Amino acid sequence: MRVALQVTCVNDAMFPDTGKAVVRLLRRLGVEVDFPRAQTCCAQPMVNTGYLDEAVPVVRNFVDAFAGYDAIVTPSGSCAGSVRHQHALVAERSGDPALADAVARTAPRTYEFTELIVDVLGVTDVGAYFPHRVTYHPTCHSLRMLGVGDRPRRLLEEVRGIQLVDLPQAEECCGFGGTFALKNADTSIAMGADKARHVRDTGAEVLVAGDNSCLMHIGGVLSRQRAGVRVMHLAEILASTDETEGESDGPVVGERAGDIS
Amino acid sequence: MSGTFVGMPAFPSAAREALGDTQLRRNLAHATRTIRDKRAQVVGEVEEWEELRLAGAGVKEAALRDLATHLETLEESLTRAGATVHWARDAEEACAIVARVAKSHDVDEVVKVKSMATLEIGLNDHLEREGIAAWETDLAELIVQLGDDLPSHILVPAIHRNRAEIREIFRRRMAAVGRPAPDDLSDDPAALAGAAREHMREKFLRAKVAVSGANFAVADTGTLVVVESEGNGRMCLTLPDVLVSVVGIEKVVATWSELDPLLRLLPRSSTGERMNPYTSTWSGVTPGDGPQEVHVVLLDNGRTRALADEVGRQALRCIRCSACLNVCPVYERVGGHAYGSVYPGPIGAILNPLLRGVEDEQTASLPYASSLCGACFEVCPVRIDIPSVLVEQRAAVVDSHRSDRVPKAEAVAMRAAAWTFSDSRRLRLAERASGLAGRVLGRFSRTTLPGGRAAAGRLPGPAAGWTGARDLPAPPEESFREWWDRTDGGRADGEEGRS
Repeated sequence: MRVALQVTCVNDAMFPDTGKAVVRLLRRLGVEVDFPRAQTCCAQPMVNTGYLDEAVPVVRNFVDAFAGYDAIVTPSGSCAGSVRHQHALVAERSGDPALADAVARTAPRTYEFTELIVDVLGVTDVGAYFPHRVTYHPTCHSLRMLGVGDRPRRLLEEVRGIQLVDLPQAEECCGFGGTFALKNADTSIAMGADKARHVRDTGAEVLVAGDNSCLMHIGGVLSRQRAGVRVMHLAEILASTDETEGESDGPVVGERAGDIS
Repeated sequence: MSGTFVGMPAFPSAAREALGDTQLRRNLAHATRTIRDKRAQVVGEVEEWEELRLAGAGVKEAALRDLATHLETLEESLTRAGATVHWARDAEEACAIVARVAKSHDVDEVVKVKSMATLEIGLNDHLEREGIAAWETDLAELIVQLGDDLPSHILVPAIHRNRAEIREIFRRRMAAVGRPAPDDLSDDPAALAGAAREHMREKFLRAKVAVSGANFAVADTGTLVVVESEGNGRMCLTLPDVLVSVVGIEKVVATWSELDPLLRLLPRSSTGERMNPYTSTWSGVTPGDGPQEVHVVLLDNGRTRALADEVGRQALRCIRCSACLNVCPVYERVGGHAYGSVYPGPIGAILNPLLRGVEDEQTASLPYASSLCGACFEVCPVRIDIPSVLVEQRAAVVDSHRSDRVPKAEAVAMRAAAWTFSDSRRLRLAERASGLAGRVLGRFSRTTLPGGRAAAGRLPGPAAGWTGARDLPAPPEESFREWWDRTDGGRADGEEGRS
């Protein structure tokens, strides 16, 4: 099976450690992923803001970059949702039947990474070790658009050492919403503040989710509050082992930009 | 005596103001959560809920597909049953028809059944200008009317008020328009309802003309249906001599049997009740029983415009249950007034632009009043895919600006992003620039995110919308694709893929 990693533009540019964690995790499970260099973005920022014409060349780039793979795996429920549910809309807008055909091939082969692990590989114990108090936020698109259901939770429950606590009002949106976070910043913050409050109520040290864009928002609020809670992508927890845990004072959270100087 | 939505600012600024209203925030958080939980409980009791939703959506979809035929059948049946049918293209025509009927009976007041269509067309203001007082008899609508306020919810228009505020409104305003509230009125719900009952009773007994809407209109029998919880609607529908009903053309269904799924879906979705308390049905005039002069105004007011929209037309399936409002995290925090329409919340964010177009700035801001979380679609009893319609209406807004001589900053940014994302070489260059920026930001950063990563600090321009209240990580020096190339996907850096 040829598997391609769709790392997503946000992870590529802002959260490379999530991509690295997916590579490491899947390699541990016996799956070597390719990273098609031509990939960029799934076009969701354009589509969800209403710029459908602008989305056409981005979707075209996507289907070209991922043509020929048996599976496309992505550490984002939102991007997987965009590929599966919005690419056809963009192709229709383009009026190009060839693009529609290409979308019909790539869209159904695109998996959010917990779907690939649980459904395709049939694994729930990925051999992870993460001795921390953790709460899980199911992001809206993974929950309601894709329907990943309890897969992330089943994976987390098998992690050794983890203390998993329920997040109150877990299914309520955090308020990120892509450009909503900027166009309606006040409402977005009001929602984020409530989500942060629920996270703090759990007493968790780490908030985990399957989408770094939502985590960037909730994490940004928590950080500004000096709440003492860090955010991590689910892939990074699942990739953690005894070794990585022993080596640092915490799991992989990204290079400190200042360290290089 | 009511406020007006005309001249409301666009959603983001209206929302900003609402977010600062502490009483509103408290009232809404409490009320939406209560109704939400009640709905979830009674919906959970129905094993075949999903089949029922499909049936409800199917019934409405079928009616819309053959709308013209059903409407003609409805007109024939109504006329045969002794009703007078009027057609109104817009709000002005509809209001004029109602005023004409009222005036033909020389009345200076009408009693009203709670009706979204009459709110939509601004009937009360129109009648007031013609010297006719329109008394709202739904308890919550009465509170809104007495308070010189605007409705903020489809089902419970005074949801933004708590009982202490309602007591104040009754004490201060009832006397000016009829029976005053008792001097010792408390804020006990039963006492408040009692005061409203006394106040309204004299109006019920006196009124010659009633005005209603309809939840459904059955074409083959010419039957209108009103669904309500208080019984006040039934008082209006049965006591006065004359009844005028303003009915949106999308309310029609072919036969009685189509009401079956709809009447099962509506109460559970709306009030969280298993069965609706007062369901009134009438077909034209019944000699010696109820109103002896019955008028039906079939209202377009943008509905055919919405019907012509291939994606958006599903919004006409709406049965006005409000479930989408009650689960919406945006609505819960900003309330209904911020939407600048009698149709607030997720359904309002699509219905208003579909009915009116997106030319004015306020309406054009509504499709963006959502984080696209999808909770609305999940609860909609007639399966309106609100998130998809929101995106489609956003595209309509963007398309309406495509020929602007000076493009908006957002359009410039989106085009630049699309250009960058159309070719990975461009993205690689952009990431190199952001890596450099990350280095600089990181060096000057005085903030570290929990876990140790440097924060970008407060940014200027549009990014200030983010960093005003949220920390932002500084971009990493090395993008994922650079790492992949440098380490051969982690195989060559001696760390087996681990950073």
